[in-house]
Amino acid sequence: MKPALPQRMSGGAPQGAPVKKTLQQWLANYRWVLLIALADLVVWVFWPAQASPVIRNTWDYLVEMVVILIPVAVLMGLFEVWVPKQLIGKYLGHESGWRGVLLALLFGTAPTGPLYVAFPIAAMLLRKGASPLNVVVFLNTWAAIKIPQLLIEARFLGPSFMLVRLALTVPSAILMGWVIQKWIERSGGLDLEPGAPETIS
Amino acid sequence: MSSILTWSTYVIVFGALAVLALRDRAKARQTVTVAVKSFFGILPIMLAFIGLIGLLLGVVPPEVISRYLGQGAGWWATLTAFVLGAALYIASLVSIPLAASLLRAGASVTTIAAFLTGLMMVNTVTLPLEIKYLGKKLALSRNMLSLVFAFAIAIVIGMVLQ
Repeated sequence: MKPALPQRMSGGAPQGAPVKKTLQQWLANYRWVLLIALADLVVWVFWPAQASPVIRNTWDYLVEMVVILIPVAVLMGLFEVWVPKQLIGKYLGHESGWRGVLLALLFGTAPTGPLYVAFPIAAMLLRKGASPLNVVVFLNTWAAIKIPQLLIEARFLGPSFMLVRLALTVPSAILMGWVIQKWIERSGGLDLEPGAPETIS
Repeated sequence: MSSILTWSTYVIVFGALAVLALRDRAKARQTVTVAVKSFFGILPIMLAFIGLIGLLLGVVPPEVISRYLGQGAGWWATLTAFVLGAALYIASLVSIPLAASLLRAGASVTTIAAFLTGLMMVNTVTLPLEIKYLGKKLALSRNMLSLVFAFAIAIVIGMVLQ
């Protein structure tokens, strides 16, 4: 997959009202689906015996995914309304110590968007004086243990896989933050670019 | 177990939405709008991955998957999966079903876990952007430590669940 940063690949970041889609845009969005459908067709024509397992597997996974994606999408909507991005800055900008770490964990698990949405928020936090520890915990949490993602994980890989990974990731995220904080303190502070954008897009 | 979890998710999430609708119609409407947008936003890439999974499972026999990604494939398979995960950019909501399909077809837990932890924790593709926003020090150290921790976590997951 290509990075496709401007696109909303992980379903979150619902800012920017989409304009009316033309057929061309629709084709561009669904190009991979069309390509797969074409491959399915090739299978059906040349290896008819394989066609039914392909269709069955596709259907099974489609049902499984849609069933969990519906509540996950609503959950994303709830988070977007209840935990607006400004709120994160308001609380996490000043808190420190264990309370800060706890808040960073909470705010990191709630959001909906892909990780690059978190960068401007994290930059704003650092400029407001939040500790590198809190910011790293926030980013690590956002990257690896968002709640919508955990729900999908429990559904597909099983609750025990999800829980074991969660139990390992939380302490790792905090430990990493602590190490980075110590290193940044000792090596003369952060190296933020002076002209870097700081508004939340 | 998984389905109990799914249905309780439905109850909790739609319950919360119902409470919100009673208290604040405008916010409930906004929630639904965001939910619909999120759903259809991820739909193209999700359908593509589901198609890929169906094709993969239908065409590639489980023996092949288990030979190259299973227990017997050894450390190279795990390491390759990890590097691949770390280097790629795939939204986790779609990479998890892909990983699950390989696991169910006979791949080893360690290898699948390595792919997922690499994918989630080591953010190579967005690293330039991260450096731009947060500076070289924080961005590079975070991703470098992530590399170590992600691999370690995958190994432990494999030991616990194998």
